[in-house]
Amino acid sequence: MTLSQTLRSSVGQKILMAVSGAILSLFLVAHGIGNSMTFFGSEAFNSYAEKLHSLGFLVPLFELGLLAAFLLHIFLGLTLFLQNNQARPVRYQVEKSSGGRTPGSRTMPYTGVVILIFLAVHLVNFHFTDRAIPISEIVRNVLRQPLYALFYISAMAVLALHISHGFWSLFQSLGINHPKYNAALRHGSLGAAVVLSAVFMFIPLCTLLIKEFLR
Amino acid sequence: MQSRKINISLEIWRQENPEAPGSFQRYSLAGLSADMSFLEMLDVLNERLTLEGQEPVAFDHDCREGICGMCGAVVNGQPHGPEPGTTLCQLHLRHFKDGDHLVIEPFRARAFRIEKDLVVDRSSLDQIIQAGGYVSVNTGGAPDANTIAIPQQTAEQAMDAAACIGCGACVAACPNASAMLFVSARVSQLALLPQGQPERRLRALNMVGSMDELGFGNCSNERECEAACPKGISIRHIARLNREFLKAALF
Repeated sequence: MTLSQTLRSSVGQKILMAVSGAILSLFLVAHGIGNSMTFFGSEAFNSYAEKLHSLGFLVPLFELGLLAAFLLHIFLGLTLFLQNNQARPVRYQVEKSSGGRTPGSRTMPYTGVVILIFLAVHLVNFHFTDRAIPISEIVRNVLRQPLYALFYISAMAVLALHISHGFWSLFQSLGINHPKYNAALRHGSLGAAVVLSAVFMFIPLCTLLIKEFLR
Repeated sequence: MQSRKINISLEIWRQENPEAPGSFQRYSLAGLSADMSFLEMLDVLNERLTLEGQEPVAFDHDCREGICGMCGAVVNGQPHGPEPGTTLCQLHLRHFKDGDHLVIEPFRARAFRIEKDLVVDRSSLDQIIQAGGYVSVNTGGAPDANTIAIPQQTAEQAMDAAACIGCGACVAACPNASAMLFVSARVSQLALLPQGQPERRLRALNMVGSMDELGFGNCSNERECEAACPKGISIRHIARLNREFLKAALF
């Protein structure tokens, strides 16, 4: 079996989905840790951003890698969604879970699309913007607007739903499943998803509600 | 002791042949013994339909003791009905309430063809087995029993996978109509045992290839298969299949 045949098979696509998902998850964790600098004031946050940008050529290199992971994850996700819809041409009249699905697993493709839309808005707000302004000011300018803050908070709730399934799922897809560690994996990945999304949610919430936040 | 009697209304998928459109028909049954099995209830209905000169409901069944894997229909959205770890034939009316309304549908998947009413052609699962679910056995004198030592734990795991009766409930329950649990049980069972080693690599590749060709969906770790499986087969086997496939494909 050639490598391309392997990667195009059902198991191969699933593994690619897990690998790209794992890369995105690691990015999300790093992004979350970086963003939590906002809670230590604007100076801490701005100096973190400065240090990050002083990495030079590593930044665009990293961005390209991230873009590739995103494109792969989105393209595969949509392909799998369409393929899976075709695998059952006539739906059941009554659909009832036997107890396996979770709200997260049930909504993966839909939450994925919402995250994609969020991503576009997020990049316009913070990436394709005037880089001369300090980052803490950019955050304040955007998230002091109630509509943006609400959009960010709801998008992060959707992200929480997506990774509540994704964080565990990627281990299963990579073949990591053992009775000794399964409970830890399930609860650990769910806990990580909740904590991570909470960090992301608190930033717009604090910016909106606390006048002195990031001042 | 007199058994409890219940009334049940049914909505059953009727389809004359694979090409016919098919639709739901309503029937109501009164005074059924709660000790009756689900299939016996269909027998009662069919006797009545036959006497009335109507076409009886065609449904799959054979051993009626939960071991052959022949029976199966989706009852109110759940393959083999609402009881966990139970085939349709071992589901009894005592689990239902008087006046319950049951919608009975055939297992639905692109890779399964509806022959008639609730009778579903699941030979695509047999085709997957033909692609790799076998071991080579040398001819000659019969080997002595217990010549190959197998740790108890390994034997138990292989046995757990071998409990699969091939009923197809995992496919029917999967939101993506994927056969991953079935394939993983077969691959696991043989990959764990020494007798399965010679074909180990090819088995994983060929069975997954065959599954993809037959038009089953992809696994997205929804875990509905494990929840619906009448033999309680774990998705741990799917994780093993992923490892087996990757190892075989890459090296």
